[in-house]
Amino acid sequence: MDLMTALEIIVSSSLLVAAPLIFTALGGVFSERAGVVNIGLEGLMIIGAFSAIVFNLTFADTFGAATPWIALIVAMVVGGITSLLHAVASITFRADQTVSGVAINFLALGLSLFLVKKWYGKGQTDFIKENFHKIDIPVLKDIPIVGDLFFSNVTYASYLAIILAFVVWFIIYKTPFGLRLRSVGEHPAAADTMGINVTKMRYVGVMLSGVFGGLGGAVYAQTITLDFSHSTITGQGFMALAAMIFGKWHPLGAMGAALFFGFAQSLSIVGGDIPFLKDIPSVYLLIAPYVLTILALAGFIGRADAPKASGLPYIKGQR
Amino acid sequence: MSNRLVNILIPVVSVILGLIAGAIIMLISGYNPINGYLSLWNGAFGDSFYLGETLRQVTPYIFAGLAVAFAFRTGLFNIGVEGQMLMGWIVSVWVGLAFDLPKIIHLPLAIIAAAVAGAIWGFIPGLLKAKFRVHEVIVTIMMNYIALHVSNYIIRNVLSDQSDTTKEIPNSASLKSDFFQSITDYSSLHNGIYLAIIAAIIMWFLLEKTTKGYELRSVGFNQHASHYAGMNVNKNIIYSMIISGAFAGLAGAMQGLGTFGFAFLQSSFSGVGFDGIAVALLGGNTALGVVIASILFGSLRVGSLNMPIEANVPNELVEIVIALIIFFVASSYMIKWIITRFKREVK
Repeated sequence: MDLMTALEIIVSSSLLVAAPLIFTALGGVFSERAGVVNIGLEGLMIIGAFSAIVFNLTFADTFGAATPWIALIVAMVVGGITSLLHAVASITFRADQTVSGVAINFLALGLSLFLVKKWYGKGQTDFIKENFHKIDIPVLKDIPIVGDLFFSNVTYASYLAIILAFVVWFIIYKTPFGLRLRSVGEHPAAADTMGINVTKMRYVGVMLSGVFGGLGGAVYAQTITLDFSHSTITGQGFMALAAMIFGKWHPLGAMGAALFFGFAQSLSIVGGDIPFLKDIPSVYLLIAPYVLTILALAGFIGRADAPKASGLPYIKGQR
Repeated sequence: MSNRLVNILIPVVSVILGLIAGAIIMLISGYNPINGYLSLWNGAFGDSFYLGETLRQVTPYIFAGLAVAFAFRTGLFNIGVEGQMLMGWIVSVWVGLAFDLPKIIHLPLAIIAAAVAGAIWGFIPGLLKAKFRVHEVIVTIMMNYIALHVSNYIIRNVLSDQSDTTKEIPNSASLKSDFFQSITDYSSLHNGIYLAIIAAIIMWFLLEKTTKGYELRSVGFNQHASHYAGMNVNKNIIYSMIISGAFAGLAGAMQGLGTFGFAFLQSSFSGVGFDGIAVALLGGNTALGVVIASILFGSLRVGSLNMPIEANVPNELVEIVIALIIFFVASSYMIKWIITRFKREVK
């Protein structure tokens, strides 16, 4: 394989793998910026993947080629509703946010597999027929080199993810809503004094993480696995969490980290065919995202600070 | 109401609420909850074979629960039990396969090696927490995935020749028990259950009866006060993660030397480590509580396997029940609120 072909495969598969991570990591940014740790991203992706696949299988005949897109919206709604559980437990009932997130992960897997077995009578669903196809973007794909690298053999979801990262950056850093959200995550008592409804902002943050997590799961299931089983989402949620931290709780940072993780993952898949990568055991590439996250956290790759109030319940009147 | 009573009531109420919610889910989905729970009971305690299987499942749960609980007591949240367990598993099998020794040396050596492997995997997040204030939750999650990929790599390339499983360990490193097999109709119950009970006693003694245990608990209550009292907070954080990791590593030895007798490629986590979080929470992070909660979760898990056979209920129902129990325990503020409200009305 010559270098150009190898690069084309690596770039397109990086974009493919990164898209769900970007969506989910953006959800994580919303939640943590509002001061709520969300370990439950994995569970939210599972719920998103599950509801998208079930919707897709049920309504593929009715909606035809539009099915996967409508399924995304369904997954976002279901994800949002699921995250409400995390919000109620961790904000209203002051549960330990990590524990509540762990419970979300358990619940999502249990509930979705329970329903799959009930509805389909077996451990996994059939494969969906209407999925996100890999396409070549018209016009752009004709640009020499760049076109082949970035605009052929990809899905629209990858571009949507990258555009959305910029939108989220604008919302969080350039709008009054974003300012309120961040203030609630940094210093809820001060925000409260300024008349911001801390509870409401935190609910919004957590529910947005559910919406985005559901979206991420739905994109993953409809582009990569194409069915739903216990092994559809295995760690992508935690990977997204890692991307969020590696990206220093910043939407564009999270996107960059997700793209990098996608790159590392596709290297480990394609690596065997590329001359100078062939000799590196794939295990190093597989663990790279996790090792890098630990190094980033330890401050070896620039200091990263979490929002100050992240993980702490806000109790009015308590200093 | 006394604090002690509330602390016992919360897990009990949570379990009852979880089981009721499970019954409601079965009702809504058109299953008979009474049949469902009866099949669960039969699957866990129906005859000596099932009882043996339940106790076999309880064994790693006790270790995993102790690991989480021990870290909790010092104010740390060890989500990395799953990874520490995997490392313990693989290293115990490694030692089992690599040496040819009499049982009296070989078995303890394999068990200790597993504890050391788990301890090393716990030491890293502990060190990072102590030195760089890095949150242990994220590091332990990342360490889980590193353990998953590294252990799979070792199985494929070091312990076997590109195979999915290792060879079976020799009898000299095995925890398997002819006695248990004969009285439980050839269930996979093994001698590890004794070790689990001993471990629970050690944890109780260490935390409640020694100065070191007092220090660890003190750091868990209030780091600043402990620091002011002249304790070395950082050192205690590292100790705690090492001990917690060692317990988790032993849970892996139970799988490697007892239940399976070999190691195999894992496509995803076994869930024992994550269930350990539920066990520790429900057990109130005490040694006795962990043993009781392990018995509950062990019977739920093993019993659930019988649910699709006898009552046609998908066994994932138990996963939902466990999740809800964690929710209720975590939201103990809500339960406390209900209990006090209830008490007022009775008056």
